[in-house]
Amino acid sequence: MKHDTTAVSLIDCAKTFDDGTRALEPVNLEISGGETVVLLGPSGCGKTTLLRIVSGLEMPDSGGRVLFNDEDVTDRQIEKRNVGMVFQSYALFPNMTVAANIAYGLRVRKVAAADIDARVDEMLNMMHIVELSHRRIDQLSGGQRQRVALARAIAVRPRVLLLDEPLTALDALLRDRLRVEIDTLLRSLGITSIYVTHDQAEAMALGDRIVVMSNGRIAQIGSPRDIYHRPATAFVADFIGTINRLPTTLLNNVGVPSGRDVMFRPEDADIVGTAEAHFTGRVSSALFLGDRTRLILDCGGEETVVVESTLRDPVQAGAEISVRVRPEGFIALDTDSRAI
Amino acid sequence: MRRRGLFIAQLLFTLAVCAFLIVPVILSALAGVTENFLVGLKSGLTVRWIGEVWGLYAETIYLALLIAAACLAITLVIGVPAAYALARIGGRTARFIEETIVLPVAVPGLAIALALIIMYGGFRDFRASWAFILVGHVLYTLPFMVRSVLAVLSSMNFLELEEGAASLGASFWQRFWGVVLPNAKPGILAGSLMVVTLSIGEFNLTWMLHTPVTKTLPVGLADSYASMRLEIASAYTLVFFVMIIPLLIAMQLLSREQKQKPSTSEDDQTDFEPSVSRGEST
Repeated sequence: MKHDTTAVSLIDCAKTFDDGTRALEPVNLEISGGETVVLLGPSGCGKTTLLRIVSGLEMPDSGGRVLFNDEDVTDRQIEKRNVGMVFQSYALFPNMTVAANIAYGLRVRKVAAADIDARVDEMLNMMHIVELSHRRIDQLSGGQRQRVALARAIAVRPRVLLLDEPLTALDALLRDRLRVEIDTLLRSLGITSIYVTHDQAEAMALGDRIVVMSNGRIAQIGSPRDIYHRPATAFVADFIGTINRLPTTLLNNVGVPSGRDVMFRPEDADIVGTAEAHFTGRVSSALFLGDRTRLILDCGGEETVVVESTLRDPVQAGAEISVRVRPEGFIALDTDSRAI
Repeated sequence: MRRRGLFIAQLLFTLAVCAFLIVPVILSALAGVTENFLVGLKSGLTVRWIGEVWGLYAETIYLALLIAAACLAITLVIGVPAAYALARIGGRTARFIEETIVLPVAVPGLAIALALIIMYGGFRDFRASWAFILVGHVLYTLPFMVRSVLAVLSSMNFLELEEGAASLGASFWQRFWGVVLPNAKPGILAGSLMVVTLSIGEFNLTWMLHTPVTKTLPVGLADSYASMRLEIASAYTLVFFVMIIPLLIAMQLLSREQKQKPSTSEDDQTDFEPSVSRGEST
């Protein structure tokens, strides 16, 4: 079942549309064979355009090149690239049954009928949709369509699997479940995958590496842990998880040069005695989340500060508390890098 | 009590309107199978008049069918790709082209026919052949085919379906035949029925474009109304009904089927269990 993995290189891939809008600034990206890379960013950041350039649905502006294992595929149409693609709307063929949808890619490749049947059965089993094989697409639920779309894309043994917001159309519960499944699937296939999403939780769970994008540029490339704990820019810090930003003027006992904002995650702060405190604040609301309590603090700055406490006895709203940030929790960024 | 009275009044009104429309049709149909219309039904029923119609006007019926078939073939070959191209282009350009194609429907048939005669009347052989009528019919029916196919294409997000097919390795023609056309089938079918129905019944254009040897059914009908006895004209009308009504019914059934098609079934998505196989539930 393992594929010979394909590395993907993007060299100076930019995209300007016919109407002059620049969707993508020149991007360089190396994806090694078998890796799962998540392109993450808000809508309009260029992530889908980048995916479509890899797929062959869009051509990069001249000068840009797309390599599969050092082989230049820039001028190859999508149908000659041997990629598997899962679309946000699934793009399943309504005129065919589930089995025929999965068989389609093999049929247009003129694979022998017996081999097609065997492969379709294998896919149906792998995705646990054997009982759906004769259904029409309009008789399927969203989650079932998702599985068929995945099975159809994988059936042709693509060199690269491309997923464009595959879970966005589903409800939250199903999304969580399928996220785990897709993760297991991608790892067992060992196939090079590029996954586009605007959902940071999805990105963290699935990506070997995350490419955070903003305004047609790559803001940061790194492992989920890197991105979360060492964001390169304020945009990344803001986009991933919850981040607090405090001007140094409000802080005590911190060895940070003044003129910089200090950032930290809610879970990296503890409620302490006044003497050790980095700062104090008044609790404007306390949200009990079960395993922890989320406190929204007013510290006198422009923005409120969010702190999470696992202490059992809750702090009431209105109380003054002292907070200390764990040493490894500080994220220091230049104030002027706050470009969003 | 008052509501009941209102209901009865509405029912009677509806029935009266229906009768107003249907009774002449029945009378006309009856006239076609009555021995002598002036004497009335007591003169007896007969199929003699239908036989006479066949003898006098069989040619016009064949020609109407031939032109309708040719018209359908041409509108399919031109109209379906045209609709596909328009759906791909999209935007203002596509709308402008679509409006242009629809123009012949808005312009009186006589005017179009006149324009055709002025333009091409000089080509004697062409003018004398039924192909001349065919051109008029194609002009008139093409927009119905294009619009019908275009409507279906725009409603099904065919661009993404095509991208899906392309990602699986399908070439343009494989995508067009295997994905675009089958999914556009309801539109093509509806358009085809429309084209055939309109072509068989077309009178305005045909009246101007025909020659004594290229009469179609509706032209023959007008001819028989003017010069034959009432029974023959009525029998002729009956023949026309028999040809056109199945087409109209087919069109109705088709549009009803399309309306009934379930759009999505997103409702049951939370209740399925990934690793447990379920039997067919529907």
